[in-house]
Amino acid sequence: MTIRIIPRLDIKGPNLVKGIQMEGLRVLGKPEYFARRYYEGGADELLYIDAVASLYCRNSLVEIIERTAREIFIPLTVGGGLRSIEDVRTVLRAGADKVAINTAAIQRPELIRDVSRAFGSSTVVVSIEAFRKPDGKYECYTDYGRERSGKDPFEWAMKAVELGAGELMVTAINREGTGEGFDFELVRRVAESVSVPVIACGGAGKLEHISEVVQKGKADAFSLASMLHYPVASDYQVQNAQFAAEGNIEFLRKQCVYSRVQGSSIGEIKVYLERSGVPCRPLAVGMVSGAG
Amino acid sequence: MAIVDFGLGNLFSVKQACQKTGIAAAVTSDPEEVATATAVILPGVGAFGDAMQTLKMRSLDQAVLEAHRLGKPIVGICLGMQLLMSTSHEFGKHDGLGLIEGDVVPFQPGRESSNGRLKVPHIGWEPICRPVEHTSSDTWAGGPLAGLRNGEYMYFVHSFYVKPSDVSVVTSISSYGGTEFCSSLRKGRVVGFQFHPERSGPEGLRIYENLARFISK
Repeated sequence: MTIRIIPRLDIKGPNLVKGIQMEGLRVLGKPEYFARRYYEGGADELLYIDAVASLYCRNSLVEIIERTAREIFIPLTVGGGLRSIEDVRTVLRAGADKVAINTAAIQRPELIRDVSRAFGSSTVVVSIEAFRKPDGKYECYTDYGRERSGKDPFEWAMKAVELGAGELMVTAINREGTGEGFDFELVRRVAESVSVPVIACGGAGKLEHISEVVQKGKADAFSLASMLHYPVASDYQVQNAQFAAEGNIEFLRKQCVYSRVQGSSIGEIKVYLERSGVPCRPLAVGMVSGAG
Repeated sequence: MAIVDFGLGNLFSVKQACQKTGIAAAVTSDPEEVATATAVILPGVGAFGDAMQTLKMRSLDQAVLEAHRLGKPIVGICLGMQLLMSTSHEFGKHDGLGLIEGDVVPFQPGRESSNGRLKVPHIGWEPICRPVEHTSSDTWAGGPLAGLRNGEYMYFVHSFYVKPSDVSVVTSISSYGGTEFCSSLRKGRVVGFQFHPERSGPEGLRIYENLARFISK
């Protein structure tokens, strides 16, 4: 088996954004540009999350999905604001292969069963956003890390699989965007309690964090954002000097270097993983190790 | 070429891959269109029993068999490949289309594997390799896998795999959690892939390019 590298693109309106602990979203560029770079650089899958959909109940992602799916031939998972079978059908028809559901599944767990029956359980990724409380206990949050749910993530993980989730994605809200490392204990406890693959999300800041979450956290896949995005964002600025976007673009304008994470490319990460004894799909011959 | 729409699975990515590689393809659930198409792609994710039931309800099973009788290429992808088999053991015993003699059987979740518990579904990229008895010659030449490196990585999503009775139809094998399985097969004009060529990057698209030639032969 191979461990999957999944770039995570959080999208707000037409832009790729990134925040810290799911707040303070900065605009980095157009998601299609980043998606293309990651595809060419050897990404194993892509993950699009609509950062505001569950707040405003809108699905602004559809057009971006359509444009992406026309030129990118690796699996695409889409999440953010999906509330019904119809929402799921819409994004699948636009070109997504899988959907990630959090808020709506917590509010109405039968949705997991309905979607897995209608489209197959391998289409359903249940996203668990867990907050580690001061007493060390965890709680599931909804609405992009904004609302408490009272649910225990480990019990919820087992329930979600029982209902038909084909995969789980586990985000440690406290670590998200901080570069302090994945919460590998959280990931391991979920991974050991279910029979389906688990994707670790949130916190990667350097290469060692990745081998740690695979080897100690038993993750089957991991998603990365800041580590991959910031180096590509500086290229993007150079190539798109005219980039004018709505939202918080101060970060782009000032050409800030984000110091909490070590920027890396998928190629560099794969070479590192192989050296660390973590099996992954090697880069294809001719792929530039610096790209993406 | 007809991409059979039986309500499951991602037809869009199959259609995009066809478009990208110059295959004229239409998504259809009309049995008449399927039976008279130049070739048929049977895609699909989901459960075997439900898929067969839907195919039968819409008379699409007979349409696929009719296209096959007329000598048209039939391409099964993922669940679509499993549907080509004679029987499946997914949630009870079900009959498939029977174009390939053999069974569809499950991976056993929770079984110990080299890196911990075996996770099912199997999701990820694995190498596809020529069966050992074929390693001496390039058995892929001229077929759907022509030009691929032996051991090329392809993207898989599945909980079941096929076991053809006649191993000579097996064109590649892959392995997951210590289980070796048939990852693609070919019997005359019938072709099946357990992986998703349309989601396997540029090398996966190469398979579609090969299919374009295969279909026009």
